[in-house]
Amino acid sequence: MKLAGIFLLLAGWGIVLAAVILLAPSLAQTWFALAGIGVEGLGLALLMRSHRVMRVARG
Amino acid sequence: MTPIQPPAISDANVVLLIFFIALVPLAIAGISLINTGFGRSRSAAHAMLAPLAVFGVAVGVYFICGFAWQGYMGGPAHSALVAGKSWSLLGAGPFFLRGLELGGTAASLAVWLQMLSVSLAALIPLGAGADRWRLSASCASTALLAGWIYPLFAHWVWGGGWLAQLGVNYGLGRGFVDAGGTASIQVVGGLTALAVAWILGPRHGKYSSEGMPTAIPGHNAVYILFGCFLALLGWLGLHSAGAILFTGVEPGRAVLISINTALAAGSAGLMAIVLTRWRFGRPDVSISANGWVGGLVAIGAGCALVAPAAAVLIGLIAGALVTFSVELFEARFGVDDPGGAISVHAVAGIWGLLALGLLVPVTESGQWMAQLVGVATLLGFVLPLTYGLNLAMNLVCRYRVPPEGERQGLDLYELGAGAYPEVASHPDDFTPPGFAGKPF
Repeated sequence: MKLAGIFLLLAGWGIVLAAVILLAPSLAQTWFALAGIGVEGLGLALLMRSHRVMRVARG
Repeated sequence: MTPIQPPAISDANVVLLIFFIALVPLAIAGISLINTGFGRSRSAAHAMLAPLAVFGVAVGVYFICGFAWQGYMGGPAHSALVAGKSWSLLGAGPFFLRGLELGGTAASLAVWLQMLSVSLAALIPLGAGADRWRLSASCASTALLAGWIYPLFAHWVWGGGWLAQLGVNYGLGRGFVDAGGTASIQVVGGLTALAVAWILGPRHGKYSSEGMPTAIPGHNAVYILFGCFLALLGWLGLHSAGAILFTGVEPGRAVLISINTALAAGSAGLMAIVLTRWRFGRPDVSISANGWVGGLVAIGAGCALVAPAAAVLIGLIAGALVTFSVELFEARFGVDDPGGAISVHAVAGIWGLLALGLLVPVTESGQWMAQLVGVATLLGFVLPLTYGLNLAMNLVCRYRVPPEGERQGLDLYELGAGAYPEVASHPDDFTPPGFAGKPF
């Protein structure tokens, strides 16, 4: 779960960079970038959850 | 591509900048006091020694290789061609500041400010690792921050790197703007604090067996509140010097910067006081102090560009965010952050970076997008980098003290003497487990 979280963080960043490189400044570019930030949010949530689960498992 | 040139600085302005930069150590002193106050009395001497050690490591490593990799606007850099545009990725200066004229040039002033800035960034994780982070391990983590993480990101923002060039290359406003170090110093430090808190785990006794958090109050509210005032002075210098050196605003703008900084800190502190009064029935000292510093952090990015009314709004929202975020991290995410470093520096900092894109007077379109790219880079690149490096370092140099060290307190365990030898307020510090003798 931890690795998946890190992967999602990197993937989200990649999406934002792709928006900057591939699209001209426009509303579509902003939405594309916001989607990337959303993926990063999922990665962060997964990382948070993985640490909480690990802590509970350790007692 | 149009190269970004460093701002020209007159002799009078050099004196002014030296004055501003000389204020920055007060921010370091303020954060050290705040971290100490939030910790337990049995680790107080350790909490004040750690910033000194971390400062030494940070300036040393930054002198050896940090500034070479960070570089400065217009200096030598390694670049890559991405889809036909040149992306400046890493400074290419000589190590040990060799060949750099240290006589009041923009680059020399940048070196001095950056040495203090990197130390401030390195201090931030100490708040999250309080009461359980070994001194040697905090120094090792600082070496990673000052030698790799900070220079890399600061080059992208302040050294004429690809984030600063987003405006020139892709028409996104002025490129990513961070006048007072909200991203390079505060959010980088805050995300490192999150990584360290994850690696260390919570303090013994922080969570019940059902996972409910218990309150472990800081040992000295006076340290915390006095630290807030020192931090204000330090941040005034940091914001003014950073804005003049890295965004090229005229020195007279320091008046607006100071007004904005004071307004944001005051409104954020007040918001935290009101919210905690509303939620808990009386104002909470620790969260109010965190709100104050959160306001200082949030206004940094746009301190030279937004109007005073916008600074008040940025501060109010930062104060509210910090108040709820501290509780969220502690209760919901199970992250034990005694000093509130993650909420104050990462959460409020990210808000400040986005607020600049929303509230800056509209002169160039795309500023919001440039700020969004900067925030995405912090979350998507800096967080995995700092987490991965600290995780690897934890295998080499164990971060957490053993349970016995935590029970005794870091003062006795690592330093051999407490900060308050005449006050034995924690009998269990000196009593072996299971001791059933009569108290004196």
